[in-house]
Amino acid sequence: MRPDRKIGSSNPMSIKANDVDLFHSASNKALMQMLGQIDEMFDNYANEKTNMIEAAGIEELCSDLKMRADDVRMLMLAWKMKGKKQGLITQDEWRRGMKALEATSLEKLEKALPGLEREVRRPLIFKDFYAFAFQYNLTEELQRTLDIYNVCLLLKIVLRSQFRPQVDSFIHFLQIQKEYMVLTLDQWMEFYRFCNEISFPELDQYDEKLAWPLLIDSFVEWLRQNNN
Amino acid sequence: MTRKPHKTRDTKVTSEFEHGWNDMLKGIKKLKKILDGLPEPQFSPEDHINLYTTVYNLCTQKAPNDNSEQFYKKYKEEIETYVSRTLLPLIRGKYDEFMLIELVKRWKNHKVMVRWMSRFFQYLDRFYIARRALPPLYEVGMTCFREQLYQKLHNTVNDILISLISQDRDGEQIDRTLLKNVMDIIVEIGMGITDYVNEFEACMLKDTATYYSRKASDWILKYSCPDYMLKAEECMKRERERVCHYLPGISEPKLVEMVETELLVVHANQLLEKEQSGCRALLRDEKVDDLFRICSLYHKIPQGLELVSSIFKQHVIDEGLALVNQAIETANNQVGKECGAHEQVLVRKIIELHDKHMVYLCNCFMNLSPFRKSFKEAFEIICNKNVADRSSAELLATFCDNILKKGGSEKLSDEAIEEALDKVVKLLAYVDGKDLFAEFYRKKLAHRLLCDKSASDEHERSMLTKMKQLCGGQFTSKMEGMVTDLTLAREDSAQFKRYLSILPIGIDFTVNVLNTGYWPTYRTSDLNLPAEMIRCVEAFKEYYQDKSRKRRLNWIYSLGNCNIIGNFDPKPIELVMSTYQGAVLLLFNNSDKLSYSDIKSQSNLGNDDLVRVLFTLSCAKYQILNKEPSTKMISPTDSFEFNPKFTDRMRRIVIRLPAHQERKKVVEDVDKDRRYIIDASIVRIMKSRKILSHQQLNSQIVEQLRQLFKPDFKLIKKRIEDLINREYLERDRENPTMFRYLA
Repeated sequence: MRPDRKIGSSNPMSIKANDVDLFHSASNKALMQMLGQIDEMFDNYANEKTNMIEAAGIEELCSDLKMRADDVRMLMLAWKMKGKKQGLITQDEWRRGMKALEATSLEKLEKALPGLEREVRRPLIFKDFYAFAFQYNLTEELQRTLDIYNVCLLLKIVLRSQFRPQVDSFIHFLQIQKEYMVLTLDQWMEFYRFCNEISFPELDQYDEKLAWPLLIDSFVEWLRQNNN
Repeated sequence: MTRKPHKTRDTKVTSEFEHGWNDMLKGIKKLKKILDGLPEPQFSPEDHINLYTTVYNLCTQKAPNDNSEQFYKKYKEEIETYVSRTLLPLIRGKYDEFMLIELVKRWKNHKVMVRWMSRFFQYLDRFYIARRALPPLYEVGMTCFREQLYQKLHNTVNDILISLISQDRDGEQIDRTLLKNVMDIIVEIGMGITDYVNEFEACMLKDTATYYSRKASDWILKYSCPDYMLKAEECMKRERERVCHYLPGISEPKLVEMVETELLVVHANQLLEKEQSGCRALLRDEKVDDLFRICSLYHKIPQGLELVSSIFKQHVIDEGLALVNQAIETANNQVGKECGAHEQVLVRKIIELHDKHMVYLCNCFMNLSPFRKSFKEAFEIICNKNVADRSSAELLATFCDNILKKGGSEKLSDEAIEEALDKVVKLLAYVDGKDLFAEFYRKKLAHRLLCDKSASDEHERSMLTKMKQLCGGQFTSKMEGMVTDLTLAREDSAQFKRYLSILPIGIDFTVNVLNTGYWPTYRTSDLNLPAEMIRCVEAFKEYYQDKSRKRRLNWIYSLGNCNIIGNFDPKPIELVMSTYQGAVLLLFNNSDKLSYSDIKSQSNLGNDDLVRVLFTLSCAKYQILNKEPSTKMISPTDSFEFNPKFTDRMRRIVIRLPAHQERKKVVEDVDKDRRYIIDASIVRIMKSRKILSHQQLNSQIVEQLRQLFKPDFKLIKKRIEDLINREYLERDRENPTMFRYLA
């Protein structure tokens, strides 16, 4: 740096400190504006007292987005937000989600949804989402299992579009069997693996001597009996 | 011989050679005459030298007068001509054996001829052949024979040989020496064994195969299995002899293999599974020698014993299952009765089956691995069959109980007892649920020890030692503790008796102090003891308190026994009964008539126990109490009265209180324990291995628990899932068929 350098010299190639500041402050400004819009959206749906979007707010959001409450995309949104508890969206979660989707308005959010869906349906990500769906639905602090009724609902939402015959069969089986009242996360995840690895309805490669959970063994046994 | 005068140089040389060759020819002619057996004087040494010198002289001249090449050629031609023009027709002119005889003769002669000729022309061998890298004279002679004669004849010769061998096989007389000589020629001519193998042996083996194939098809229909085996054995022996007599040793294994294949392998199934005389029939009829023959003949064939050993296995299984089914049928026909005699019979019969077939295994089947395996697998099936609702584990435990208890159904000598116990342990080795056996055994052991029904301490300990050797110390540690408890109790009782004698109790009584950890858990109740008994209990409490303050006594009245003198009108009778029964009976010392509810409140027994007690006292064999109404069942509205008229021809009777049906509980307890044991095993294995596939984990668990029981793989899966849920394990993210230990 030349000792007698003055601010505002006419050399076009030199970097002016001013510019840097401007640059920062410009992006800062944009950021600030974005957050503001996001927060505004949040306030539209949130309960003032608790500062969280609760059931009513979620319902309203759904209807604004022209979706049913059990639409899989709501779940995907929750995943994007890294939601902790079903039926509640905290401000942090909202910010996280909207920022990731660059959704500063309802229209932008609506437009971002197809992209979100594509993202989630990528195989590696979907597995993560599938696990999230289960855990998101656990209501109690120490709860580790999900009751059959909710499992069936969830399977319909999350997996049916991809593996319809397996899901329909499995749901039917879960409803008529008497041994299991709940499913664990392990059983939930293994069902997904089952859909991916085993041909249906042939069930060719299925071997109960392998590491499949007993639940899936029983399911396959039931399928085989019914097909004969 | 004199030299002719020299001519001009060329002609001189030529005529020198011609002269020389004529001389040689004369010598050769002479040789032939000698070989033909015609009268001809032998070669003198001078003749020999002259012939040699002729060659020498004509070969040592300087080139181009060196006649070596010509001599070599001539030598070869001479032999070739002789062989093809003279010998070949001679041999060809004969047939069958005569051809062979001629061949042998002529070959012998040929060898002599070549030897002599080589000597005459020996000079060539010394320098000429090396210089030109040509075969030596002897070899030339042999090759001539081979190419000019043998190769033209060898197919015929082979045919003759093979037909002779066939005749030999059919038992006709043949000239073995001739055959041997011809074989020797074949080997010699071939200059190595490969020619023999390729040319003659291959044909012979083919013919052998055809021969035995035909025989086999014939015999398989004609002969019973043992007779067929005798014939096969005979054939093998003969083939070996054949080789000894006239075939090169190299052929032996191939011949034997051929015979084995055609006679034993091709028809194996048909032979061994013959209805009337096959392996099963032989086993049934105990034909030990025949079975041994089968085993030793098939032993040398690779995988030859598979069929026989699987027949053996099936036979043992069928016999064993027949015994089991017999027992099941008998059990079903005796519904309601607790009679276990047929089960004891079953165990004994299985032991006999085991012993009998062990003899087969060792004597007939030479304890070979395929048979050992079959034997083991067969008994693993048999020894895990249930009879009605009793598992094999329980049956074995009951069997032991009968041997070890006083007055058991087995009245045996000491040696016989030890032997029987040994045999039981042998069967135990095959039982999957050894832990179940242990539980039943322990319960019965407890009963024997507590009711003083054990016939002999030594036998009890001996059995425990045997079990320990099979299953390890952990298996028997509790039971050993139980036996020790009783030994100590007995020692202690003398001391307590002295203590008691000072007190004014007036009742003789003993207490067994047991270590809770060793013994099965017993139900007890808060029985209201009769006053007499209370005094006894209090006395012991004080005595024991003095001895060891730290220990807490827990009184199990349900296991107690008492002797009560019943003062009946006809005569007094000593009644031996359980404490519960005694407590109820003694209530009638204070009241003549008592209702069910009276008895219940006074004794403080539960309904279950009370009904059983009252039944034995009023509705069973001995009617100590009169019941109103006198139905055969106890109901809460009944009332009871002492029966003073009761009598029996004995002065002392035992009124047994049948034990609660424990079977279900034992099975349940063992099942519960198994869950914990599997859990502990999984955690132990995963902790050390960190990450394992499902299959590896399974096989490790099975291996670890081998001495205790055979874990059901579904149960293992369930335990794994449970441990996943409890966050001891997780599935590996990359590969969900692997499990990972979570610290």
